[in-house]
Amino acid sequence: MSGAAIAMMLVAMLVIWGGLVAAIINLNRGSAGEVTHDAGKHRDL
Amino acid sequence: MATQTTSPTEKSRGAFSSRKVFIFAAIGSAVGLGNIWRFPYVAYENGGGAFMIPYLVALLTAGIPFLFLDYALGHRFRGSAPLSFARLRRGAEGLGWWQVGICFLIAVYYAAVIAWALRYTFFSIDKAWGSDPNGYFFGDFLQAGDPGVTVDVVPGVLIPLILVWLVLIVVLVLGVQKGIGATAAIFIPILILAFGALVVRSLFLPGAAEGLNALFTPNWGALNEPGVWVAAFGQIFFSLSIGFGIMITYASYVDRDTDMVGSGLVVGFANSGFELLAGIGVFAALGFMAQASGVAVGDVAESGIGLAFVAFPAIISEAPAGALIGVLFFGSLVIAGLTSLISVIEVVVSAVRDKFELTRVTATLVVSIPATVISLVLFATTSGVYVLDIVDHFINQFGILLVAVVSMFVVAWVLRATPLLADHLNLTASVPIGLWWRALVMVITPLALAVVLVDAFRTDVQDAYEGYPGWMLGVFGWGGAAAVIVFGFLAAMIPWARSNALEDPGYPLPSGRHVQKGEQA
Repeated sequence: MSGAAIAMMLVAMLVIWGGLVAAIINLNRGSAGEVTHDAGKHRDL
Repeated sequence: MATQTTSPTEKSRGAFSSRKVFIFAAIGSAVGLGNIWRFPYVAYENGGGAFMIPYLVALLTAGIPFLFLDYALGHRFRGSAPLSFARLRRGAEGLGWWQVGICFLIAVYYAAVIAWALRYTFFSIDKAWGSDPNGYFFGDFLQAGDPGVTVDVVPGVLIPLILVWLVLIVVLVLGVQKGIGATAAIFIPILILAFGALVVRSLFLPGAAEGLNALFTPNWGALNEPGVWVAAFGQIFFSLSIGFGIMITYASYVDRDTDMVGSGLVVGFANSGFELLAGIGVFAALGFMAQASGVAVGDVAESGIGLAFVAFPAIISEAPAGALIGVLFFGSLVIAGLTSLISVIEVVVSAVRDKFELTRVTATLVVSIPATVISLVLFATTSGVYVLDIVDHFINQFGILLVAVVSMFVVAWVLRATPLLADHLNLTASVPIGLWWRALVMVITPLALAVVLVDAFRTDVQDAYEGYPGWMLGVFGWGGAAAVIVFGFLAAMIPWARSNALEDPGYPLPSGRHVQKGEQA
């Protein structure tokens, strides 16, 4: 692989997968009070 | 501590049990066949590594902002696409039914592609296509003749297609959490593992580096070409499941305290993350194929049906442990396709439930039985592949894209609802939505999508798509795209079964006060 191709692949991985990790961390940091409720109690019929 | 704010009426519609399940379901919807078979070729054709720049610009300025808009509509107005639009403004209901019509049409052909992939998962084990994957796919498997419409049934497609619809009906009958949510929570991790294993295997094939070189070598000159930017916005738009009711519907099943902005960022980046993974896996495999055939990577690079059912079988035949590659590849297509198809047909089921106050089982059967019949009649025949190709092309360009542009224009400029929706998102947002978002969804995103739409319209008016007969393009292409518009506005005339269905559900704040439409939080 050429140097330019390797560089672009790494940049794309860093930005996209790094963005995903940052988004997950951001979401978890703001979710201390997230409620998980029992879906079984929903009348889903 | 967050409070439980879902009303009994909303609970009766069904709900995801947690934000995590919603995110899995939204990723399952966004990650579909297009991520695997469209993105790699679009990137390769439009500047290689340099394409990543317009692609990321499109993701951040159009894809994710549009995703927030869909989320805001469904989460704020707590309904299917028609109900959410109608609660925003009674006259806007037709936009929601237009989206429902599009989803119905997509579901009937999308199921057929999943049925093909299901068969090919098993064909991979003994490489049933022999030395001629192209002849096998179009001849032996699909038994395709000349373009036209026939009623000659192909049993090899009919049976797996019935199976796909049965699975779909069972999932939908089980409901939002136990069906849709559970399926996504189980299958998305399996998809990531299976596709990850495929990528690792592909990277160790001889010639893989050449494939990656072809995909990522930047052609900086491409950035000066408007077509490359159009392709990037188009790719982001089509791959995120935005603008045609899916994300509105799913957001309506999410608890009111959920951070929709933070969730949207995860879904948007996860979708692109999977596309990047697919690009690496597909081009590593194509690099192997090129080396084995003694040709350039560009000579074997394909997209869509050609990549999946012709190029990949050839790779599977040549590669060491090819059967494993085949099972992982086609198995991934089945899972990615199925979780997307569930979300597409749920848009229709949810709308029918809301409008006619039906139980989930009844609504599922009312929608699925006709959809199954149409799907079998049109796509389990020897002409199925041609009809599918035409419907897919036209409903994407002049269905999804057109309704997205029109609904964005109506919401942002006619109803001037973006301040209300921004306020709503900000009630729970981990990343505050500001003027930047309103500028993007009012100007940048609709403008960019309108350019993509005009470009597509010009191309299809100038040249008959793929050289198909004019009557086929008229009936299944332009006719299908026009029919869903007519359907949308006719369906909006039918009265709602519940007299107070269109009342603004409001939005309870932690203080107990409700925010109503037009009121600032």
